[in-house]
Amino acid sequence: MTLAATLPTRKDESFRYANFDALAGVWPIAREDIVVAAGQEDSRQIVELGEGAVARHLAIRVEKGAKLDLRILTAGPAYGRIAVDVELAEGADFLLGAAQLATGSETLEIVTEVTHCEQNATSMQVIRSALAGHSTGTYLGRIAVARGADGTDAEQSVRAMLIDRTATANARPELEIYADDVKAAHGCAVGELDAQGLFYLASRGLTPPQAKRLMLQAFVAEAFTGAPDEEALSEAALARLEAIL
Amino acid sequence: MLKIDNLQATVADKPILKGLSLEINPGEIHAIMGPNGAGKSTLGYTLGGRPGYEVTGGSVTFDGQDLFELEPHERAAAGLFLGFQYPVEIPGVSFVQFLREAANAQRKGRGEEPLSGGEFLKLAKEKAGLLRLDMDMLKRPVNVGFSGGEKKRAEMVQMGILDPKLAILDETDSGLDIDALRVCGEGINAIMRAPDKAVLLITHYQRLLDYVKPDFVHVLANGRIVKSGGPELAHQLEAEGYEAVAA
Repeated sequence: MTLAATLPTRKDESFRYANFDALAGVWPIAREDIVVAAGQEDSRQIVELGEGAVARHLAIRVEKGAKLDLRILTAGPAYGRIAVDVELAEGADFLLGAAQLATGSETLEIVTEVTHCEQNATSMQVIRSALAGHSTGTYLGRIAVARGADGTDAEQSVRAMLIDRTATANARPELEIYADDVKAAHGCAVGELDAQGLFYLASRGLTPPQAKRLMLQAFVAEAFTGAPDEEALSEAALARLEAIL
Repeated sequence: MLKIDNLQATVADKPILKGLSLEINPGEIHAIMGPNGAGKSTLGYTLGGRPGYEVTGGSVTFDGQDLFELEPHERAAAGLFLGFQYPVEIPGVSFVQFLREAANAQRKGRGEEPLSGGEFLKLAKEKAGLLRLDMDMLKRPVNVGFSGGEKKRAEMVQMGILDPKLAILDETDSGLDIDALRVCGEGINAIMRAPDKAVLLITHYQRLLDYVKPDFVHVLANGRIVKSGGPELAHQLEAEGYEAVAA
């Protein structure tokens, strides 16, 4: 049996919050390779709206001076795991905007490892999770900056909104830096919808579900700002939000 | 229209309103003045239904209906508008989007047809013009990046669009420069001066009352109305101070 075919356990850090029963059903995970050739610009969308368990593993290489715009919307699967490994060559640019929306008892996770292999690459990750019921949303994000990869600019913005207090959010941004001249920023917050904002909207006549939907819509939209297919992504997210509320 | 009888309310278990009574009839403009901590804002929030403001006694009827039986959005649909002293910023949600939805939610609550996009924009443009607020500001996220004066004018634009029966305006004059004060005052008159409408102005200062002439002025101190009178009372307060007048 090869290593790749062995079902991970909770001891594997990147599977720590996985749903192993569901994972067993989709194991092993086929690796999807994506290469963006030097100087090219590409965009991809991963949209998982079905109810069945899904686990994907993208292995991405963005070559010198190339750009990739990747958007992820996971809203529906009982178990949804999207793992993204990215290697950035000199001057490459990677943007990830991801939203996970769940209600009930889903387990959703986004696991990223972004490696700045060479100089002057930039990466930006915007992760937004809106979680209701007894669902769990996880983001494990590692940024590695290789020796000599000076001029790196890496940023993670991770926010989770708990619509119900019974939902769970896990967030673990990680930095591993072996270069000197590096700009790395991460922000991470788990919270609830602003009660003052909800009251303000209600005082103008919006019902509580309408007020929540408007605020969540704006929250989730941050993951899709500037996407080539921003409107379609936002509409799909909105449909799910309406089902959640 | 609004009948407040012996209202008592607490915030975080602390009694703030301690037996406040006030009756407002259609066509009337009332001003409530009072020192800091008297309970002015608590009155506004309690009538608006803000969570955390707990009614512990007394009653309030609005057009004969028990106000406290209604949720905040139902109060709005019934025709109550609360102008905030500190309008809340809501990132990512545009005024136009939210106000159209709010206006239509209210209309639905009253069993009326929704406004189309075109009808709504026309209405919004008219009211923004009245308050001299650039229409482009209404395409921006709610109150985000607005100056103090712009926020207050935007409150009045919302009032114009939602067309309430009763407006409770909490320190609409605070943070306004002289010109903006006049624009807001004129806006309040244009929108709310009508035989079937009424206004409760909550303010510290007499200056707004130069533009919006009240029919009645009340002094609120320590959770109760301690003195009521006509417009002359506001001048007396301004000249002599709360302590002298309310004593």
